[in-house]
Amino acid sequence: MIKSYKLSRTISDIVIYVILAVLGVIWVSPLVWLVLHSFRAEGGITVDYVFPKQYTLDNYIKLFTEKDTFDYPRWFLNTFVIAVFSCIISTLSILMVSYTFSRLRFKSRKTFINIGMVLGMFPGFMTMIALYYLLKAMNLVQTLPALVICYSAGAGLGFAISKGFFDTIPRALDEAATIDGATRNQIFWKIILPMSKPILVYTILTSFIGPWCDFILVRIIMGDKKENYTVALGLQKMTDREFITNYFKQFLAGSVIVAIPITILFLKMQNYYVEGVTAGGVKG
Amino acid sequence: MTFIEYKALSPADKAKYKISEFFSRLPGALGKFFSAIGKFFSNLIKWIITGIKGYGSRFANGDMATKVSYLIMGFGNFTRGQVGKGLVFLGAEVLYIIYMASFGIQYLSRFGTLGTQETYKVKDATTGRMVTVFGDNSMLILLYGVMTILITIVFIGVYVANTKSAYDCEQRIKEGKRNMTLKEEIADLMDSKFHVTMLALPVLLIAIFTILPLVFMICIAFTNYNKEHNPPGKLFDWVGLETFREVFKMSEGAGKAHTFAELAKWTIIWAIFATFSNYIVGMILALMINKKSIKLKALWRTLFVITIAVPQFVSLLLMNQMLQYNGVVNVILQHIGLNPVHFIDGTRLTARITIIVINMWVGVPYTILQTSGILMNIPEDLYESARIDGATPVVQFFEITLPYMLFVTTPYLIQSFVGNINNFNVIYLLTKGGPTKDATLYQAGETDILVTWLFKLTLDNNDYNTAAAVGILVFIVCATLSLITFNLSKSSRNEEEFS
Repeated sequence: MIKSYKLSRTISDIVIYVILAVLGVIWVSPLVWLVLHSFRAEGGITVDYVFPKQYTLDNYIKLFTEKDTFDYPRWFLNTFVIAVFSCIISTLSILMVSYTFSRLRFKSRKTFINIGMVLGMFPGFMTMIALYYLLKAMNLVQTLPALVICYSAGAGLGFAISKGFFDTIPRALDEAATIDGATRNQIFWKIILPMSKPILVYTILTSFIGPWCDFILVRIIMGDKKENYTVALGLQKMTDREFITNYFKQFLAGSVIVAIPITILFLKMQNYYVEGVTAGGVKG
Repeated sequence: MTFIEYKALSPADKAKYKISEFFSRLPGALGKFFSAIGKFFSNLIKWIITGIKGYGSRFANGDMATKVSYLIMGFGNFTRGQVGKGLVFLGAEVLYIIYMASFGIQYLSRFGTLGTQETYKVKDATTGRMVTVFGDNSMLILLYGVMTILITIVFIGVYVANTKSAYDCEQRIKEGKRNMTLKEEIADLMDSKFHVTMLALPVLLIAIFTILPLVFMICIAFTNYNKEHNPPGKLFDWVGLETFREVFKMSEGAGKAHTFAELAKWTIIWAIFATFSNYIVGMILALMINKKSIKLKALWRTLFVITIAVPQFVSLLLMNQMLQYNGVVNVILQHIGLNPVHFIDGTRLTARITIIVINMWVGVPYTILQTSGILMNIPEDLYESARIDGATPVVQFFEITLPYMLFVTTPYLIQSFVGNINNFNVIYLLTKGGPTKDATLYQAGETDILVTWLFKLTLDNNDYNTAAAVGILVFIVCATLSLITFNLSKSSRNEEEFS
């Protein structure tokens, strides 16, 4: 009896291993294909075999040296600068708003929360044209600060997750600190923030990653000003019909270079994500 | 009823309980939803009325200095020792007057007509060349008009606060108390009024870059701003509900209404399939990875999760290339002796199935991440008793895991349903909405959902008014769904649970 139970358990384990292995291969293979073919020496867009025949670094070298049509290093720098600034502003906004809604009690708090939630539900692109004209009126169109504004101005509306986290920190801490004479300002910086590392890291990383992935707003704001593109839009431009035959392999190489830092950051963030989000997340 | 009590019921009772539960909750949620909207507006009106009442009674009861500050803002504070605060109020008034005189009034006055003077060309008498004379720009009038209205609302708020502050100062003096100095007020902003300090900057940013554009676009839905009425060349005008009528008016052939109906149908189908395929497959995978006897958990999880880490525009553009007729997927199919398939440029059905399958590749890892924690929390004794009763793993999944998860994660499901209605990236990057063989669709392909249509209408076709109307409709659906679940789920009620 016990033997057969064990046997059936080993069989089911083997089945699971096989399923996981097969699906794992399916899940990862496009990315492996991406990396392999970014080193491919021969052929254009497509080749009629799966593995490249010759490997070379040419695609990467071309990406960084041939800057006439596509100035990849410049785009990379642009994106980095935009990401750093919008990350600072977004993180501050999100933390300030979520802390206020979670820990401070004041009149019309609920109204603010509800308005914030409703505003967050409009489809994002609805406002993009108005945003464009607004930035045009401020003489900011086709500049980098415009993008920083686009990515970080509305960040405060994304307070839900970190508010959920702050809600889980016991209020007794605040009360104890207040009795000891701390102001609310001091409580925020000296007590709550140091306790909120998971959500802090999560917020910083998500707002840093955002600008690397957007290709919609940047297309509207930058128009034809190629030297101010970000990597996402630039890479998308490479896949346009008129360029793709010549630039497909550079596109692959460029994608690998963006994907590496983002992947590392994300894998780092994963743990904080689970820690921070599940703490304030679904409570059943 | 707790989950364990529920599991103890007989199948018939379970079904009865489920159905009655659903219907008994639904009216409550709907009712709460509409009463919340009603309450919001009634509160707003009440708030305005008390504001006006207070405004009047303070004028009647206040002394001379308070009365003067109804005209010269900050005067009341000024004469009662609050020089700094008085200066702030006065500054606000001066700035507002300068703004209105130099800029605001000219746009506000034309807000009702959105401009009357059209741009025209005239022959210049001296050079003999045609010269363009620019008339009114409806778009700028609307944008700056909305801006001026918002600024005016804020200013009225400041103005009423000024009268209140002046009156309060007077009362405090009468009671023999001292008014706070500027320094004390600033210290107060760090403590008991800390929320003002914390919210000031984010609210300002949101007001300028989210609320202002949003109000502007909502206004656009009630105008005829499209490619035939495109400023600065042409004027556009208010048309009331005409745009919405166009979207709903069923007519034969390639109308906007036909397209809207078709895309709305596909959007719903897409959202249902995308949500549930990801949910179920992701959960099964999470269960497999988290099974006790399975080793190398971190490896398996990383294998799946790594696909989220790669930016979506990279992985989806890549997928788009791989799924082309001469792409690598068809190369592999030919190697193993199958015929190549037109995945994304063939028929409507293959394209739609392809999108849903690829979306699983994108979305399943998210479910794995998010459900792992909850799966761990399912009471182990449920499984134990099931095993004693001889239930196979499949039976266990459908009888315990799935119902438990549905029980706990309904809010999450609705959230991802709403997310999928707005899932722009997958559709746009994978197929750009194609194939576009169906000529009865207005500016849309056969895999376009409403938001990608909205995007195309705006960018490729300049149909701003239709786009805005579609956006508003999508918003209404999403907001209703979200608010109902928000009210149904406990997390909104449990806000103070940990305090």
